[in-house]
Amino acid sequence: MRVNFTVNGRPQEADDVWEGESLLYVLRERLGLPGSKNACEQGECGSCTVRLDGVPVCSCLVAAGQVEGREVVTVEGLADYAKQRSCGHQAPEGHDSHTGEGTELSPVQQAFIDAGAVQCGFCTPGLLVAADEMLERNPNPSDADIREALSGNLCRCTGYEKIMDAVRLAAARQGEAV
Amino acid sequence: MDFLRPASWEEALAAKAEHPTAVPIAGGTDVMVEINFDHRRPEYLLDLNRVGDLTEWEVGEDTVRLGASVPYTRIMEDLRGELPGLALASHTVASPQIRNRGGVGGNLGTASPAGDAHPALLAAGAEVEVESVRGSRLIPIDAFYTGVKRNALAADELIRAVHIKKADGPQQFSKVGTRNAMVIAVCAFGLALHPETRTVRTGIGSAAPTPVRAKTAEEFLNAALEEGGFWDNGKIITPSVAKQFADLCAAACNPIDDVRGTASYRRHAVGIMARRTLTWTWESYRGTAATTEGAA
Repeated sequence: MRVNFTVNGRPQEADDVWEGESLLYVLRERLGLPGSKNACEQGECGSCTVRLDGVPVCSCLVAAGQVEGREVVTVEGLADYAKQRSCGHQAPEGHDSHTGEGTELSPVQQAFIDAGAVQCGFCTPGLLVAADEMLERNPNPSDADIREALSGNLCRCTGYEKIMDAVRLAAARQGEAV
Repeated sequence: MDFLRPASWEEALAAKAEHPTAVPIAGGTDVMVEINFDHRRPEYLLDLNRVGDLTEWEVGEDTVRLGASVPYTRIMEDLRGELPGLALASHTVASPQIRNRGGVGGNLGTASPAGDAHPALLAAGAEVEVESVRGSRLIPIDAFYTGVKRNALAADELIRAVHIKKADGPQQFSKVGTRNAMVIAVCAFGLALHPETRTVRTGIGSAAPTPVRAKTAEEFLNAALEEGGFWDNGKIITPSVAKQFADLCAAACNPIDDVRGTASYRRHAVGIMARRTLTWTWESYRGTAATTEGAA
């Protein structure tokens, strides 16, 4: 079957999609967006977290056919998504909003680098999408808020303390910027 | 496999009538796992995401009519006052990502004894609104679960909503697992005080082939509370009464040994949770009663 939907602000058409296929598979294997990671395929690990109409979901548990006509943001589009949110307008031209090539990092991405919150990196895309969404909803999160928001994302390097640091840092910088 | 995308409830019912083997998919948090792991290859998937009214709820005089696809996130954030037991249970479901997609309709459709919503629904009192092209009916929650992952739905029926009694007293939910997030219940317990009818209702999860009420325990406690005048005098529940209630709840279990826990552990844990949830709700009831008297 064919599925039409919007990914990172750009209309996409996926063809020959198998009816039982997940959104994750379509993103990675049909649209060339490997940022969302495939690990558990049962919603346990959060590595495949994307925004579906703004809501964080495990893309491995969304059937491809269910996204018809809907909007998806992946980690590749996170920087532009964050930029549009802070500027309230379209991101500047000159880079590829679809794959994220040449884009400046979003505040939460930069904070993960600065805090050393990336080890093997496999869980990072899912954590970034989940953390960014929490900071959008809750600009001044408590540690408990952060832990709960990230409770669906597993890091098997067990780098959780640095991840906590990164999200606190992103929240603090977000507060300074306002 | 065929992917059916009805745009309305009527179209969904027609599709289910035409293809009774079609597997409904809403949040996908159960169905997609089975497909990803090749445990299931349904002939048809029936996508309910485009049926908008399934994600809506109405708060009525005595009940909340909860659309089958209202995500757990909405229940725990927006229905905490009306459905406190279900809101607590919803908060223990998996993770934020899963709670954003999954809903009570899926829990009922899957009918796993470990589904987190079941003990809360049993304790609060609920009816499941199911419909087919032949018509609509309400199935009392006690009659809904018919076996391990089996329910009272006919092949052409879909779950539309759940009518849950609004809380008329304190409710609690307790769940045993290895951590706080992303955990399937080893066992779970829901308890609701119903001061209007002077009754207590319970729900046990993951400790029998189906979710069950501890009816003998309820009858014992209802009688003990009545005899002792507890509803009026608001006294602390006698430890021996609480213990007897807990023992009867444990006795209502019919658990198995599995990877998550042994049968004897489950029985033990259900007894503990029964005593604790009774104490928590009763303390809350007494506190409320005292405040009301104090303010008056």
